[in-house]
Amino acid sequence: MRIALYRLLAVLLPLALLEILCRDRFITPLTLPAPSQILLGLWAVIEKGTFNAAILKTLTNVGLAFVLSVVVGITTGAAIHRARLLRALLEPLFSTYYAIPIYAFYPLFIVVFGLGDAPQVLIGFMLAVVSMIVSTLAGLDSVPPVLGKTALVLQLGPVETVRSVTLPYAAPYLFTGVKLAVAYAFIGVIGAEFIMSGTGLGYEIRFAYDNLDNNVMYPLILLILLIAITVNMSLDRWEWRLRARRGHG
Amino acid sequence: MDPQSPIHVSLRGVTKVFVSGLGRTHALGPIDIDLRRGEFFAVVGPSGCGKSTLLDVIAALTPPSQGAVTFEGRPIGNTVPDGVGVVFQENACFPWLNVADNITFGLRRQPVDKTEIEQRLQYALQLMGLQDFAHAFPSQLSGGMRQRVCIARTLVMQPRLILLDEPFGALDQQTRLLMGDELLRIWRATGATVLLITHALDEAAMLADRVAVMSARPGRILEVIETGWPRERDSQIVSVPEFGAITARLWTLLRAQSMQALRPEAV
Amino acid sequence: MALASAAGARMMRRTIYAHPSLFLVIGLLCLWQIAFWLVGRDALLPPLETILYLAGLLQTARFWGHIAETGTAFVIALAISVVAGLAIGLALGLNRMAAEVFEPFLLAGNSVPKIALYPIVLLIFGIGMPAKIAFGAIHGVVPVAIFTLTACSNVPPILFRAAAAMRLTRWDTIRSVLLPAALPDIFSGIRIGFSLTLIGTILGEMFGSQRGLGYLLMTAIGLQNIQVIMSVTLLLVLVAATVNTLLLAQDRRLRNPATPSQAP
Repeated sequence: MRIALYRLLAVLLPLALLEILCRDRFITPLTLPAPSQILLGLWAVIEKGTFNAAILKTLTNVGLAFVLSVVVGITTGAAIHRARLLRALLEPLFSTYYAIPIYAFYPLFIVVFGLGDAPQVLIGFMLAVVSMIVSTLAGLDSVPPVLGKTALVLQLGPVETVRSVTLPYAAPYLFTGVKLAVAYAFIGVIGAEFIMSGTGLGYEIRFAYDNLDNNVMYPLILLILLIAITVNMSLDRWEWRLRARRGHG
Repeated sequence: MDPQSPIHVSLRGVTKVFVSGLGRTHALGPIDIDLRRGEFFAVVGPSGCGKSTLLDVIAALTPPSQGAVTFEGRPIGNTVPDGVGVVFQENACFPWLNVADNITFGLRRQPVDKTEIEQRLQYALQLMGLQDFAHAFPSQLSGGMRQRVCIARTLVMQPRLILLDEPFGALDQQTRLLMGDELLRIWRATGATVLLITHALDEAAMLADRVAVMSARPGRILEVIETGWPRERDSQIVSVPEFGAITARLWTLLRAQSMQALRPEAV
Repeated sequence: MALASAAGARMMRRTIYAHPSLFLVIGLLCLWQIAFWLVGRDALLPPLETILYLAGLLQTARFWGHIAETGTAFVIALAISVVAGLAIGLALGLNRMAAEVFEPFLLAGNSVPKIALYPIVLLIFGIGMPAKIAFGAIHGVVPVAIFTLTACSNVPPILFRAAAAMRLTRWDTIRSVLLPAALPDIFSGIRIGFSLTLIGTILGEMFGSQRGLGYLLMTAIGLQNIQVIMSVTLLLVLVAATVNTLLLAQDRRLRNPATPSQAP
């Protein structure tokens, strides 16, 4: 309880300080409007619905990238786990993957796939899928051999073993992968929209920035942060409940 | 043990050699054993002598390098034969399922109807003293209780041969004795043949009709000792003089082997 | 005949296991070439031409100017990321209460698309070097802090009990027990911080700069100059992958002090 209070203070105190600095014109509205102004702006943006299409577009693309990466990531991870040679070959790629600036490939995607939604979804997918594969591999590695033996004793086939024994056992790891995939899908899609695209929240923020329209830009930034943090926190809560039941603390 | 009882499991010239990048390891054999139907047979040996490998070979979890295993007169193939149940030393409970779902996991994947599943579940819960924990999750149970769940999961499949791979190895001494009693009750109630792999001499001496002593790697059968216990028995026999004599005999056989197993190059 | 090919296949497998990275690079180059054949010259340059073009760029002083610009920004950003990340991580790692209060903020900071914050950075710092550095540091500081914090809380409590039993002072416990025990995880954090700082710096240059590799990339995108896009991308991937591989090797050595460094 006390921790919740401290957390609240840790959010509210800096905000209050910012509010005072902005009201005193110590920070000009051209740099940063007062937090209360941003909040009012966010309310106005939501009420007017000017950006509903952009919000919907971004969320759809994030959702697509996320679902694709989870499905492809788990299947690929499960397949690679069995193919030892392929895994040995891909392991160095996985370990350096996130050191590679994926956004640099974005222009190529635009040339190949055109200016539609595909390049954004692909960037989100490419960022997300590897964390899903790596988490799946880690999860399958964590399955104790005795459970594999148990599946054999119970005469389960290979597919049934993966479906009802190994994947459920690996679920906590898969969940970590899912959480990372959500975050990466957001980062990829919004980043791609920001760099070069005509739609979505990322584009709208860039557009507002180019026009020095702080009354739109800051509320939209806040909106993105709120969506990303809310999704992340709900997943955390869900994960915590699942783990508590399994006693993984 | 009735020596007239028909042979249930038979091993002939079974060996196991592991081949890896580092070379060949002769782990086991050659081994010849016959288990009689309804017998309680224990195998003791020093650590690393291939006891568990022996069990894996009988359960068809790993193929023998040479030799043959027959179960109920038929040679075993490369899948676990029907009628064979295995309990492992490690916790093999599924952490995402509650006790009841853990126990019926295998049964639900067989052509067995719902009422039958429920009946067998209730029977197993009662036999293992798990009635009050049917809806608990493995993480809420002690090590001994988890092992009961694993035994119950094996029992509901109504195996005719139960293989136990150091099932009480991770438990404390008091719990081991009590679990031994339960194992004897189950053995009598089901009439199944039991093969117990253990490193604990007292456990083997107390539970089994016959105890096979294995050598250090490559594991061979040094001697098979008849305990001569009556079928109705429990952990109280640890106080009769014969128990001490049998344990002492086993230790005499095993002492040299255990010292050999401790040498660094044997590990 | 069949026997010979089976033996050949086994040799091939063993060679791949021995040098996975080499075969991975060969495989990726093949895929690249195939992709080029599929999509054509409008979108891609074949591997060899890209390498040659990059080699050409590397002989011009102007290109080295861009590299120096990016390098300077990156090194400063990385220094800030590591120092600030370690400070935050250790401060929280040594104070359970503070860790409980602030850890969720760190984790949230990790899941947020930081590119959305970029306009704010630009408004505060203006276009130029400070904005790039700030953007690189924003990306790098969070993982370093998270890994350091996790590393501290993952040190087995028994080590602290042992330290107390040996009557070590608090400072000695931190210096001789906590830090060595947590070092491998902290190093992993720095490795990841390295990658993310580089990405952040490049992203910063793409929007708020008149110089540097990111700027070069962004102008090339505007002009649809495939040659420059691909050469700069290749250079960045090569640098990132090489440094990461070296750091990863060091990471493994820290985790297994018993293995001699010559071991494969």
